[in-house]
Amino acid sequence: MFKLKSAIVMGFAALALAAAQNVAAQDKSIVVASTTSTVDSGLFSHLLPLFKAKTGIEVRVISQGTGQALDTGRRGDADVVFVHAKSQEEKFVADGFGVKRSPVMYNDFVLVGPKGDPAKINGTKDIAAALAKIKSAGATFISRGDKSGTHSAELNLWKIAGIDIAADKGQWYRDIGQGMGAALNAASASNAYVLTDRGTWLSFKNRGELVISVEGDKRLFNQYGVMLVNPTKHPHVKKDLAQSFIDWLVSTEGQKAISGYKINGEQLFFPNATVPGA
Amino acid sequence: MFSSAFELLITGDPGLYRIIGLSLYVSLTATLIAALVGLPLGALLALKEFPGRGAVIVIVNALMGMPPVVVGLAVFLLLSRSGPLGSFGILFTPRAMIIAQAILITPIIAALARQTIADLWVQYRDELAGMNIGTAGSVATLLWDGRFSLLTALLAGFGRASAEVGAVIIVGGNIDGFTRTMTTAIALETSKGDLPLAIGLGAVLLIIVIAINAIAWTVRRTGERLAGAA
Repeated sequence: MFKLKSAIVMGFAALALAAAQNVAAQDKSIVVASTTSTVDSGLFSHLLPLFKAKTGIEVRVISQGTGQALDTGRRGDADVVFVHAKSQEEKFVADGFGVKRSPVMYNDFVLVGPKGDPAKINGTKDIAAALAKIKSAGATFISRGDKSGTHSAELNLWKIAGIDIAADKGQWYRDIGQGMGAALNAASASNAYVLTDRGTWLSFKNRGELVISVEGDKRLFNQYGVMLVNPTKHPHVKKDLAQSFIDWLVSTEGQKAISGYKINGEQLFFPNATVPGA
Repeated sequence: MFSSAFELLITGDPGLYRIIGLSLYVSLTATLIAALVGLPLGALLALKEFPGRGAVIVIVNALMGMPPVVVGLAVFLLLSRSGPLGSFGILFTPRAMIIAQAILITPIIAALARQTIADLWVQYRDELAGMNIGTAGSVATLLWDGRFSLLTALLAGFGRASAEVGAVIIVGGNIDGFTRTMTTAIALETSKGDLPLAIGLGAVLLIIVIAINAIAWTVRRTGERLAGAA
């Protein structure tokens, strides 16, 4: 009986040890708070092995909405924040939580919707007019509702369309409070319209009846920026390792790696670190 | 439909094996810690009379139903760099996940152990009182004699730990190759719209849980037979 007991204890210990070795001993690492779009689209799976091969630094990415990612940085729980909502990023730096914002790349948002097209907008280019038609047709629209970069872009587009969505939303407007993938799943299941970044859309597999309804409007532009979390505010921030990741992202090599990421031959993100004012 | 996940399993995909390994490591370690706290606590509650004992029992029983996301959030706030234990820097690591799961399942193990021990105590009471071995001795004896029944309490705790996603995704961050477990991987694949892979991973998780229960069942049967023969 005691043999049995000690065997169980030893089994536990061996298992714990084996697994501990798996996860320990990786101290050359940084934590990056980023958005669901960069993770779900597969961009980081493409970039990080290249960066690790060059520098030996392991980058641990947490994917959150832009609002939550900035909050993670504000609390000091990440070394780098890599998001897409320029005005919020500038405020983050102005408030002293980030050191400096560097533009990295852009892609664009697309409005996707059901093939049946109840709002009669498929193939049009004017996003403001399209949103107005969705509203007047009462066609189902899924909103992220999670303070993410895509959510703030969506709210801004309603404003451009001259619609006060907070006051005017009806049964047709569904605020789900979840990430991009969950919103696409919801749209696919209920044949609804939804605003998404192109990267997540291209890599999304459960499309059902969904197709791109509106694309190519200049107002659908989506800029990404990166910031070092302020080490004077949070002294434990791994300043040097984190800075070398940021430097690599905006370097010629990093920018080339970003443009090299493609799904079915289609480029997902367009580097623009050197464009002034991006 | 399940083929993609099983293909990864059969072809020995290192990513999938690392995810399975981490899930087992985190949930088994959490179960071990919760057992070290929960079993003696349950036994004490079963045989010690003290003022407020009823209230403690009600609270422990109630905590069995604690939502994982609440435990996750509480541990997150404690371990965040801006929180009271932030200087340890263990948020977004497997250790944080173990802590959260251990907190989540300690009440389950304690409550189930209390019930088991209370039943045993009825049979042993006079005998143990006669032996004059004190409370600690009685607790140890009851835990040892009830060990096969208590295995069910441990399995219930482990089952809850390995099945939950709410706590580990908040305190672990679902970091690829570092804090990604079976359940957070399923959540991620669902959000990517890869539903076949997600449900396949779910089936793999189910098989692992069945295997662990089968092992525990065998241990219990064999143990009881040996104990009966001795």
